[in-house]
Amino acid sequence: MDTTPETCLDSRTDPAARLRETGREPSQALDPKSPVARFGTDRPLPMDSGVMLAPFQVAYQTAGTLNADRSNAVLICHALTGDQHFAHTHPVTGKPGWWETLVGPGKPVDTDRFFVVCSNVIGSCMGSTGPASLNPDTNRPYGLDFPLVTIRDMVRAQAMLLDHLGIGELLLCIGGSMGGMQVLQWAALYPERVFAAMPIATGARHSAQNIAFHEVGRQAIMADPAWADGRYLEAGTRPSKGLGVARMGAHITYLSEAALHRKFGRRFQAGSAPTFSFNADFQIESYLRHQGLSFVERFDANAYLYLTRAMDYFDLAEDHGGVLANAFRGTRTRFCVMSFTSDWLFPTADSRAIVHALNAASAPVAFVEVESDKGHDAFLLDEPAMFSAAKGFIDAAARARGL
Amino acid sequence: MSAQPDIMGDAGAPWDAADALPRAEDAGGARVDHLVVLGLVPPGARVLDIGCGDGTLLALLRDRRGVDGRGIELSREGVNACLARGLSVIQGDADTDLANYPDGAFDVVVLSQTIQATRNPRIVLEHLLRIGRQVIISFPNFGHWRVRAELAFRGRMPVTAMLPEAWYETQNIHHCTIRDFVGLCRVVGARIEKATALDARGHPMRFSMPWWVWNLIGAQGVFLLRRE
Repeated sequence: MDTTPETCLDSRTDPAARLRETGREPSQALDPKSPVARFGTDRPLPMDSGVMLAPFQVAYQTAGTLNADRSNAVLICHALTGDQHFAHTHPVTGKPGWWETLVGPGKPVDTDRFFVVCSNVIGSCMGSTGPASLNPDTNRPYGLDFPLVTIRDMVRAQAMLLDHLGIGELLLCIGGSMGGMQVLQWAALYPERVFAAMPIATGARHSAQNIAFHEVGRQAIMADPAWADGRYLEAGTRPSKGLGVARMGAHITYLSEAALHRKFGRRFQAGSAPTFSFNADFQIESYLRHQGLSFVERFDANAYLYLTRAMDYFDLAEDHGGVLANAFRGTRTRFCVMSFTSDWLFPTADSRAIVHALNAASAPVAFVEVESDKGHDAFLLDEPAMFSAAKGFIDAAARARGL
Repeated sequence: MSAQPDIMGDAGAPWDAADALPRAEDAGGARVDHLVVLGLVPPGARVLDIGCGDGTLLALLRDRRGVDGRGIELSREGVNACLARGLSVIQGDADTDLANYPDGAFDVVVLSQTIQATRNPRIVLEHLLRIGRQVIISFPNFGHWRVRAELAFRGRMPVTAMLPEAWYETQNIHHCTIRDFVGLCRVVGARIEKATALDARGHPMRFSMPWWVWNLIGAQGVFLLRRE
């Protein structure tokens, strides 16, 4: 993969020169075609770490058409390793958009009726400013000099993008996992801009267990000599081994024991006997290795460190005096919270805690627990029960907005 | 206790047939027992309907009374139907989820045909009185003459229009009579503001009569309660 010029960030290319020549910064290397909103030094991003990030940029994709009243806008918030390609072929993998199950013509998030926006989060690596971007102070990639990012920083950047696109109020803000965290943060930070909110398979804080899994992934990356203290872009190396292992570990948490058993069981990759070696004898091993290998082609290791950290830091109650209900006090946003029975990364109890807080804040809230054995990733998969609930909620919200 | 109808007292004490109860001809396609609830809910109230099914009653209350309605429903099919009606309904269980609602969160809490299916009716009723300023509760009357007849003459657990399932299939695990329920109201300190009985078709009985008659011929009891 390091031989493909378009995806290569090696030492022979001076990133600053590249920016001058192409008008594209290094974080756009994987995806040079997504539209980008650029914010200059006059419009910095105020970050929770105290840093005013400037200049910065947000890459995004849209589908559908904004109506004359600008009342049909939907914001999709992507998950940890997601990106803005929710309903478009991915520029690196060539795969369909990651949420084409839910979003598209005639789908619950109907692009024939709604104007759908999804931006790459700040700190990521698909065109928005992140650790792979050029630090204007040094003309080198930020690396670990990039300020720590929070979910709230991501949401502030999204709000600036919506301002840029001329969108005031969102009909719907929807997302799963880390995307669901952003949805909750949107509802807490800009309640007047969110008519309806749909946080899926998420929590109002990251659990100790989830932080633990993330830490294992980060340590795997940092233990890879090619990581080079985060300066691998300049060193011309790629911590693919570490990032791959991080992805393999994380991927297990996105599935369920039942789903793994159904898909792979104890089946052997070739033949029916062990090879008495450490080759990938079992199908599940081969599958995980494939997940790790394909992930490193489309993701930046430092971005993975930053985004996992952002999720770890997320604790919406802590931001509101320890009482989650205070985050939603006086809100008029209508909520539909959704969880999946076999999701052990963000179990139903996490969703119920959100629902209880919304009830305590007298917010209009619906809650659905979808029966599924597919684990956390169920929100990305073909789950008719999720689609029918989402369609009911979204259509009712659209009716209430006169759409 | 003095304001409470003396329905546990002497046989001659009448029950009020509530004035606000609707007439069948007002139904407009709505279920009559729903119209009974409609008659008890003030306009614009905040209402929690526990066991709200497909949201028919909540939608009726929203459309006719302008209430701010919320619901709890066990089945996903029911929740989905509610979502499609634009109702805010939580998939949950009256036995476990009521504890999480704050005191006085609702003007009216409705529990329709559900208390007999809960594991702990007393705790559920105490939560209802805590969460709502008023509680509307209805339940099948196990003192109905048909029920008594099934037991007395056939010696079998009754299967009636109100209680259509055999004992080994029914969700109803805590049956009570109208008189039993009045006893529970005393135990938990609930004041009975209105009480009536509905016949087997769900029509309110629009005449006053001694309580024991209601306990005998009422297919279901409907109570409007308030914390003492």
